[in-house]
Amino acid sequence: MEMMLLLFVLVLSIFLGFELINKVPSTLHTPLMSGANAISGITLVGAILSSGGDSSSITIALGTIAVFLASLNVVGGYLVTNRMLRMFKKK
Amino acid sequence: MILEAFQNNTFINLSYILASVLFIFGLKMLSSPDTAQRGNFVSSLGMLLAVVVTLLSKEIVSFQFILIGLIGGGAVGAIAAIRIKMTSMPELVALLNGFGGASSLLVASAELFALTTSNLVAMIAIGIATIIGGVTFSGSLIAFGKLSEIMPGKPYLFIGQKILTGLVILLLLLLLFQFCSGIFFAEILFGFDWINAQYALILLIVLSLLLGILLAIPIGGADMPVIIALLNSYSGLAACAAGFVIGNNVLIVAGSLVGASGLILTNIMCKAMNRSLLNVLFGGFGATDSSSSSGEGKVQGDVKPINIADSYLILEAASSVLIVPGYGMAVSQAQHSVRELGELLQDNGCEVKYAIHPVAGRMPGHMNVLLAEANVSYDVLVEPQDVNPIMDTIDVCIVIGANDVVNPDAREDESSPIYGMPVIEVDRAKTVFVLKRSMASGFAGIENSLFFKQNTRMLFGDAKESVSGLVSEFKS
Repeated sequence: MEMMLLLFVLVLSIFLGFELINKVPSTLHTPLMSGANAISGITLVGAILSSGGDSSSITIALGTIAVFLASLNVVGGYLVTNRMLRMFKKK
Repeated sequence: MILEAFQNNTFINLSYILASVLFIFGLKMLSSPDTAQRGNFVSSLGMLLAVVVTLLSKEIVSFQFILIGLIGGGAVGAIAAIRIKMTSMPELVALLNGFGGASSLLVASAELFALTTSNLVAMIAIGIATIIGGVTFSGSLIAFGKLSEIMPGKPYLFIGQKILTGLVILLLLLLLFQFCSGIFFAEILFGFDWINAQYALILLIVLSLLLGILLAIPIGGADMPVIIALLNSYSGLAACAAGFVIGNNVLIVAGSLVGASGLILTNIMCKAMNRSLLNVLFGGFGATDSSSSSGEGKVQGDVKPINIADSYLILEAASSVLIVPGYGMAVSQAQHSVRELGELLQDNGCEVKYAIHPVAGRMPGHMNVLLAEANVSYDVLVEPQDVNPIMDTIDVCIVIGANDVVNPDAREDESSPIYGMPVIEVDRAKTVFVLKRSMASGFAGIENSLFFKQNTRMLFGDAKESVSGLVSEFKS
């Protein structure tokens, strides 16, 4: 049953995603991409759970590398998006 | 009661819902110029919330490794984001996509080793997250290599490539089936069990990395915007699959939002080239020599070179100028000089606009980022469909390092590989200046009949030097 709920959420979110962003001015293509990429770093949540959980050392090791990469993705993605958007100014 | 809510994860799950809402608002705001910066901030708040409440969850018993990863990764990410040059943005985006994918792959693998009982749903999710994450990671690394010119940017094709790619996909599906069902064909065929789930996972990882490489190496420079957008989508889908692995909704919501936005961008890029995604992925566009398109008799006449002094005289008399930048502007880093020229023209009473083709450059929005960096106001940037109807009224088009996106063959020559692609119809302007290094053909070896048109003048040389030359003519 839980699986069904997750699938339900998946399908609705995909539709939501398409509705949400269907018209993007080309000016924003790069920041939208890098900003969205930062959001995909949400996998960090899973990485934290693996890295700090009470489990085998291999899980902790893999989890820690995942935390490293996901944090890089999140922090780098948000900062660079912000840096780009700061430049987009109407004069 | 609050304590109770902490203990049974109610508080955490409520926070995940709030984080998802912040992502949704953030992404919505990112798609409009006025709210984009705030949108990015809102979405980063969602991320912060999700991470902080995860750290509070009771499953976590030790923080040392988490902190090492968070601080280390965060620091590297911050340094990269602050120090990267705007011209290197495509590489950074490719790399970040790849790290997101790799992270999802590792989360899935870590979860397999933590699994105590066999669980079909978990195995399917782990298998899929591994495949998408692996393809995203290696594909992004190849894209990074090509964009940063560590690897040659040309499409790399070999005999049997499609067959090999197909074979790898088939093997992956077979392995995924084995991995999930625990029914190992090897056992049936050879009568012994030489493979277990953990070995199967390693094989899955190897094959998906191979698939990512196979999918990315045939992509040529000009098709990069499509593959970058697609990998962006994959990085979201990988996170989404990782959400199924750990049974977490916020990963699924955030991941599928990113997946959808990446697919929308991919679709915009494909439409802008009038090609299907399959054609981009497997066409190996630009690897073939130009024999089909550059028939000797087709392109007629000679090119007419022009020098800076004469160009200046024409520009000085112009009342409307359209600047069309392409990848060449990025290569020679001419954006600041271009902005200066634009301002001088405006001071001279001339109307200046910039026409940006969606696939100009190496990633979606590449030219916009460079012009924004050079402080060009975004309301003077126009898209092809807005400027083509008024092209006849424009005195001078200055094409700076763009090639295929201004090629008239896309409208006139049915045998051209880019026939049907929506282009900026610069040849209809009264005069066209093409700033170009030499007459060597572009990425695809496609002849560009624009260079031979009556109203075209070629200004040979490095784009930045030519533009700077024009700027100093205006100033003197």
